[in-house]
Amino acid sequence: MSPDAIVESARPELERAARKAESRRGLLIAFPAWAYLMVFFLVPLVIVFVYSFATRSSTGRTVLEGWNLDSYRRLFDPLVFDIFRRSIVLALITTVICLVVSYPFAYYIATRGPRVRNVLLVLVMIPFWSNFLVRTYAWKVLLGSDGPLSQLAQAMGGEPIRLLFTNTAVLIGLVYGFLPFMVLPLYAALERMDWSLVEAARDLYASGWQAFRRVTWPLSRPGVIAGSILVFIPALGAYVTPAILGGATNVLIGDYIVSQFLAARNQPFGAALSFGIMVVMLAGTVIYFRSGAKNA
Amino acid sequence: MSAQGLRPNSPSERLLATNAWIVYAFFYAPILVLIVFSFNDNNNVGIWTEPSLRWYRDVLSNDAVLNAIKISVIVAVISTLVSTVLGTMAALSLERFRYRGQRAFDGLVYLPIIIPDVTMAVMLLLFFAQGFHFLDSALGFRPSFGVATISLSHIAFNISFVAVVVRARLGMMDPRLEEAAADLYASRWQTFRRVTLPLILPGVLGGALLALTLSLDDVVVTSFVAGPGATTLPVYVFGLVRRGVTPLINAISTLMLVASMVLVALSLGLQRTSRTRVTPVGDDQ
Repeated sequence: MSPDAIVESARPELERAARKAESRRGLLIAFPAWAYLMVFFLVPLVIVFVYSFATRSSTGRTVLEGWNLDSYRRLFDPLVFDIFRRSIVLALITTVICLVVSYPFAYYIATRGPRVRNVLLVLVMIPFWSNFLVRTYAWKVLLGSDGPLSQLAQAMGGEPIRLLFTNTAVLIGLVYGFLPFMVLPLYAALERMDWSLVEAARDLYASGWQAFRRVTWPLSRPGVIAGSILVFIPALGAYVTPAILGGATNVLIGDYIVSQFLAARNQPFGAALSFGIMVVMLAGTVIYFRSGAKNA
Repeated sequence: MSAQGLRPNSPSERLLATNAWIVYAFFYAPILVLIVFSFNDNNNVGIWTEPSLRWYRDVLSNDAVLNAIKISVIVAVISTLVSTVLGTMAALSLERFRYRGQRAFDGLVYLPIIIPDVTMAVMLLLFFAQGFHFLDSALGFRPSFGVATISLSHIAFNISFVAVVVRARLGMMDPRLEEAAADLYASRWQTFRRVTLPLILPGVLGGALLALTLSLDDVVVTSFVAGPGATTLPVYVFGLVRRGVTPLINAISTLMLVASMVLVALSLGLQRTSRTRVTPVGDDQ
């Protein structure tokens, strides 16, 4: 055997050894984050899951003995089911409004020159980075029955505004809070887009609308999907917005889960509720991805 | 890049511009109203009397507020530092290495982003309660809720956000630059230190800023794991808001707004200087 042939025959071995070393290095670098998420994320997730099958004792302390499906059965109780339905509908309306408002908005920004574009984007980012609670609270000041909007309406001879503590106020707060989550992915998709394709469509006598319908919209679809998921999920679990702007009568699921833990002390039921919300959210995400994959 | 599809001054172009101005008004109107009313000398939030700084004086002499600010800053600094290091390592391992269990780890990193706040809060509350119970009965050690539990929880959701931001930056980077360094006999660590890290630094800083903001922002998870001992500023403000509106909240809120705007301005400045310094190679613009 020539020396070359020996090296050649050893190649698979060497490659395997190199891959192994590479794998070990990768694992070593991944380890700290992996270990942290195992302990402080995955284990807690499993604990909630276990709790959702447990029984609450009469003193309010959870007894991890009587395993049953009672908490899950209660999810289909008409009252509880209604809270789920209402929260899903509100999250869907929020998502649709955000999409309808953001698309032309992102389109406008993406079609400016690079300098203007950057300024316009920073103007979107500033409210986005500022505290969510503070921004929601600002609407409480603005919408109050003796607040500035109401005074303006009265000065113009109208009725005082009575929006605070209604579903409309919650909807305004949700759209306001999550709008940037829709704008930014849409902008990213439109900015990356190859606009010469639109020109080509126009050259082939497509109308403006046809060019949008057949070229721009399909190409921006990843942004639409990402934005919709980023809005729908937090809107579904929203707790702060309904707690500040909503009324006591129309409880939403996020609110309801918190009250099960902090007020009612029914932890198994609260755990089952939070699993319920996760299932809805994952189902929504999967359905959306499927529909996107089909039509793209 | 330059083709824009729409003629200037066409009706659809004007419609787009109008929509844009309305959206910007919608973004800024509530913030401006809040800032203006924080300087209002009236016990009622909505009615303007005359300008004054009395609510700001109240904030600065309010021990509960000052203590909450202190706790917020401590938690934000700890959780940002730890999650930036761990998140960046996670991003590097996912983007630059191949190893067994990588796909599972990828999923584990994304999950905290997808899971709703409320579920995350519930999980961590039960986890700490059970954990403390176990520590007490097994070791006789009795920890309590407070700065530690809040920081540990914030790190748990921040790692994922940092990892996603850093990964995006790594994905944009030309891998040939690292290969070139290796060809020139740089060790792996040298390559990382001299090539990779400077190039991904804007991403790392962006991730750190996001982590800092999320930590300073969080109400839901924190109110579950704070316990009676320590409260962050947002949780304190949330309590005030629920009990009723006083102009004191306007002043605190305005200070929080100003603080976050300073943070964003700082990070934009940092990213601008680092961009001009390191990216000219292989960038398409």
